[in-house]
Amino acid sequence: MIRFKEALYRWIFTVMAFTSLFFLLGIIIVLLREGLPILMAVGPFKFLSGVHWYPTYDPAEFGIFPLIIASLSVAIGAMVVAVPLGVGSALYLHELAGERIRHILKPAVEILSAVPSIVFGFFGMMIVAPFVQKIFHVPTGLNAFTAAVVMGIMAIPTIASLTEDALGFVPRSFKEASYALGASRWQTLIKIVLPAAGSGVSTAIILGMSRIVGETMTVLMVSGGAAVIPHSIFDPVRPMTSTIAAEMGEAVTGSLHYSALFAIGLVLFLMTLTLNIISENISKKYRIKLGLDR
Amino acid sequence: MIDTTVKLARIAVENLNFFYGKKQALQDLNLNIFDRQVTALIGPSGCGKSTFIRLLNRMNDLTPDTRAEGRIILDGKNILDPKIDVVNLRRRVGMVFQKPNPFPKTIFQNIAYGLEINGETDKNLIENKVEESLKKAALWDEAKDRLNDSALRLSGGQQQRLCIARCLAVEPEVILFDEPCASLDPISTKKIEELIGELKKDYTIVIVTHNMQQASRVSDYTAFMYLGDLVEFGTTEKLFTVPKNKRTEEYLSGKFG
Repeated sequence: MIRFKEALYRWIFTVMAFTSLFFLLGIIIVLLREGLPILMAVGPFKFLSGVHWYPTYDPAEFGIFPLIIASLSVAIGAMVVAVPLGVGSALYLHELAGERIRHILKPAVEILSAVPSIVFGFFGMMIVAPFVQKIFHVPTGLNAFTAAVVMGIMAIPTIASLTEDALGFVPRSFKEASYALGASRWQTLIKIVLPAAGSGVSTAIILGMSRIVGETMTVLMVSGGAAVIPHSIFDPVRPMTSTIAAEMGEAVTGSLHYSALFAIGLVLFLMTLTLNIISENISKKYRIKLGLDR
Repeated sequence: MIDTTVKLARIAVENLNFFYGKKQALQDLNLNIFDRQVTALIGPSGCGKSTFIRLLNRMNDLTPDTRAEGRIILDGKNILDPKIDVVNLRRRVGMVFQKPNPFPKTIFQNIAYGLEINGETDKNLIENKVEESLKKAALWDEAKDRLNDSALRLSGGQQQRLCIARCLAVEPEVILFDEPCASLDPISTKKIEELIGELKKDYTIVIVTHNMQQASRVSDYTAFMYLGDLVEFGTTEKLFTVPKNKRTEEYLSGKFG
């Protein structure tokens, strides 16, 4: 009986552990099967580099280059906002904050990550967009700039908490050695602690970026939705995720448009996968460099 | 025989008390650390010797909720004075730690760091200083062809000598060794001990050690500490051959510790 139970538990947990892999494979298969028709019809190169996204015209055109540009510009813009604020908060929390401030600030950063993305979108639409429109005198506040700002704020917690972890991994002995040579706190932080945590910090940034590239609801609400190559950061854009979300309902099942949306999903998946693999590699090297692997 | 009366006291410790929170770690310490001599601090774990040595360059500032009373006079100034420039103090009083702790940088950068934070930008001067420091730390022959290798690829003993070189580069007057051989093999230990013998010609040295033989080999003066008290202080020769205090004798003969 006991042996049967052992075997049963073993079996149950094995199945549980393999579900992730199972679903991952399922998703990849679905993306490939549904996305392939458009890639065959248009050709992968033309699909990626085409500058016209007119899925419902006759004849329809399926070029996702504007969508890729939109995703990248929003992601890079968001990084410009999130990296200084995220890394800055982490440095402050790690090195300068007293216990009392830390107890207030750290949960605040974490709660920021608990805000649902739709609430961020709402906030962007109602507060940030009108503000941007007024300040910069642009026709609409729903544009790449606003999207970048809102997404940047969303990415702060990811970057701040991962960076703080990375700073925490830097052995205390490095700091002591630096202080003992007569370095100031600032010199120690900038020249010893931050470089030693450097790969951890880049991992944090890449994961933050990966989160932004994959984020849907917020960009859908604040990016404006124009599927053309933007001329300035104040033009409305249509990132890949919001294209899928906005058009999936209207695309006829089995049509080329439907297939194109799956293909966009595939491209998106490959992008975030690449970012995650890069960050995984960097953090592995970093653990070896600090001798944490031995 | 070393005559204590003519030696110049480099550091004078007067009525020193130290607390971690409410727990008293050092009780009323009084001793002189003599110029260009090696002073060893011995005693069982937890006796306060590491706490004491870390006060000499104010490393204990990094530990929150600590408090020191009394005075430690270095060249006429009380280094426990909150107003004193700690950065300057630490440049004058260098430290080598228990576990070798080179930075995750190249061998060259490890030594250049101390100069760069002092605002030195002259490349030639830095290069000369790196070579000079490595030579003084008896590491030059082993390191000269791999200055741009990561310091973490050196062996433990080499890393510790690199830490000594790094410390020498900023030209301190006093060097504190906090159990420098605790994680090293006997051959590396021997090299470090020989090095300390060389260095005392130019530097005042304080060394914490668990190893009584090491204290007797390298030091001129020895302080025996027990539970935060300085039990006995004197020339190493006298303390090891004719200890005045019963506790010292018991510790030296291995009855406890």
